[in-house]
Amino acid sequence: MNAAPTASNTDFLLSVEGLTVSFDGFKAVDDLSLYVDRNEIRVIIGPNGAGKTTVLDLICGRTKATAGSIKFEQTELTTMKEHQIVRAGVGRKFQNPSIYEDLTVFENLEISYPKGRSVFGALMFQRDATVRARVMEIAETVFLQDHLNLRAEYLSHGQKQWLEIGMLLIQDPALLMLDEPVAGMSVAERKKTAELLQRIIQNRSVLVIEHDMGFVEDIAHKVTVLHQGKVIAEGSMAHVKQDPRVIEVYLGH
Amino acid sequence: MSGTASVKTFFLSRKDVVCILILAVVIMVVFPLAFDNFRLNLVGKYITYAFVAVGLVMCWGDAGILSLGQGIFFGIGGYAMAMFLKLEASSPENTKIQSTPGIPDFMDWNQLTALPWFWQPFHSFTFTVFAVVAVPALLALVIGLAMFKRRVGGTYFAIITQAFAAILTILIIGQQGYTGGVNGMTDLRTLMGWDIRTDHAKYVLYFISCLLLIGCVVFAYWVRASKLGRILVAMRDKEDRVRFSGYDVADFKVFVFCLAAAFAAIGGAMFTLQVGFMSPSFVGIIPSIEFVILCAVGGRTSVLGAVYGALLVNFAKTTLSESFPQLWLLGLGALFIAVVVLFPDGLAGLYRTWIDPRIDRLLGRAKPEITGSIPPAELTETTR
Repeated sequence: MNAAPTASNTDFLLSVEGLTVSFDGFKAVDDLSLYVDRNEIRVIIGPNGAGKTTVLDLICGRTKATAGSIKFEQTELTTMKEHQIVRAGVGRKFQNPSIYEDLTVFENLEISYPKGRSVFGALMFQRDATVRARVMEIAETVFLQDHLNLRAEYLSHGQKQWLEIGMLLIQDPALLMLDEPVAGMSVAERKKTAELLQRIIQNRSVLVIEHDMGFVEDIAHKVTVLHQGKVIAEGSMAHVKQDPRVIEVYLGH
Repeated sequence: MSGTASVKTFFLSRKDVVCILILAVVIMVVFPLAFDNFRLNLVGKYITYAFVAVGLVMCWGDAGILSLGQGIFFGIGGYAMAMFLKLEASSPENTKIQSTPGIPDFMDWNQLTALPWFWQPFHSFTFTVFAVVAVPALLALVIGLAMFKRRVGGTYFAIITQAFAAILTILIIGQQGYTGGVNGMTDLRTLMGWDIRTDHAKYVLYFISCLLLIGCVVFAYWVRASKLGRILVAMRDKEDRVRFSGYDVADFKVFVFCLAAAFAAIGGAMFTLQVGFMSPSFVGIIPSIEFVILCAVGGRTSVLGAVYGALLVNFAKTTLSESFPQLWLLGLGALFIAVVVLFPDGLAGLYRTWIDPRIDRLLGRAKPEITGSIPPAELTETTR
């Protein structure tokens, strides 16, 4: 299938090495290497078409790599199926809020609760006190405790984004990947989301794609700048901002 | 606070129990009192279609997997039962004028001199009952695994199931010596010595069908009330989100497809018992599409709606085709278009919009806290 995984075992939570994917000859991600520490918040920025979302797709198994290796807690992810990667501890939020509109907020969170994931397990799953308490706890975290019995389609755009974040949180992933979590939010919602993110990043690593520079400066420990599928700069926000290439391809306009 | 309100201790709410009881009374008390034996036997036939419709509610309505091949499973269930009955009807005494006595008549006509190996186990009633459910479920498992593991879905899946229905019909018609060909298996007489052609037997079989249908309905309610039921709906809505929540989506699709197949097969077996024959005309493309229409008219997201849909459409079919035989197909087509365009949730949708709220008002009940009943305007204050 893929080239033999070659990444070395490191202490990093996530180590991506030599990752390449080409769509009909076009290299969307080109020999990319990226290391994310435990408890680190890494923000990926870059112009449109830089391959940011593709990198997340590759890590969570939605797109298969042409070459290279992705190691998560010493486990090779490139050969695993999507649901196995999730069970290993990688959570992914999509760019557009991806929630179950026909189900209630409670049910949305309950489905994401990491128990009863087999067919038989789901049939026998009991909504016991532990589950309820956990759903309540998460609902409060994402400001939705008053809407538990509401069908998710009636939530506002910002609330849908929070719900999806909540659906990831309830799985307690070691690595949380967020694709533009504040896109399309009002100023108030954006502020609340920044607070929310600050709270939920405890004891986990977060990989965020974001265009909002104010927001990036608020949360990022380290920033990776992608351009045409390659890393062109990496480091603190202050450092990256000074980089002439970054200014040229991204920050300049 | 409000979270505990959604917790159900039992999988049927009081309302569900009442609705299922009403169905039971309608089919097991009202119909037997209102109809003569001939009509009741017809209703019994419709009841067997309702099994398929219930399966489709789960497979199509809940999980969004449109199968245009439920006739396959209805047919296999029916044929399995017919094979048992045919063997019993083909005792050496009954068939002594044949050149090979003791085998079904159509085999003799097709120059077969011994019973084929796959017919042998159908001497046993226990095996037959097992096969009625297991063979269709197994076939559904194979088709399901082949399709869903490769992420074939939507229209492609519908077309492929349709192709399977066509293939099976051609196979049955072509292998006349083994299957009875286009005539099917006719002249079925007794079930373990009990003559199923008498009025009394038909009466009893009608009630057995009703009980089995209620059983399937309750089972469907149980599955839909479980977390699996909600996962099916979630999959219909956002398949990727389910996959990226740690579920193997294909497994769930295979499960619900097999379940729908098993329901259809039970219906098929009861059909054979009540009608007294099975033929390829209940296997192929046309019956498969008719099953989908039954489900759509009744309401593809409502188990009980689909049952009533199956009954009503077939009542209409019988009545109309008695008076205007050539108009029925046009009527059916018009009905399907009307459902799709005007009321996509079928009879159940009409009931939910128009009748249910009135009943609640009549009984003086405030609308209970039902999912999604709160209009969006009332919750804006918390977002700011």
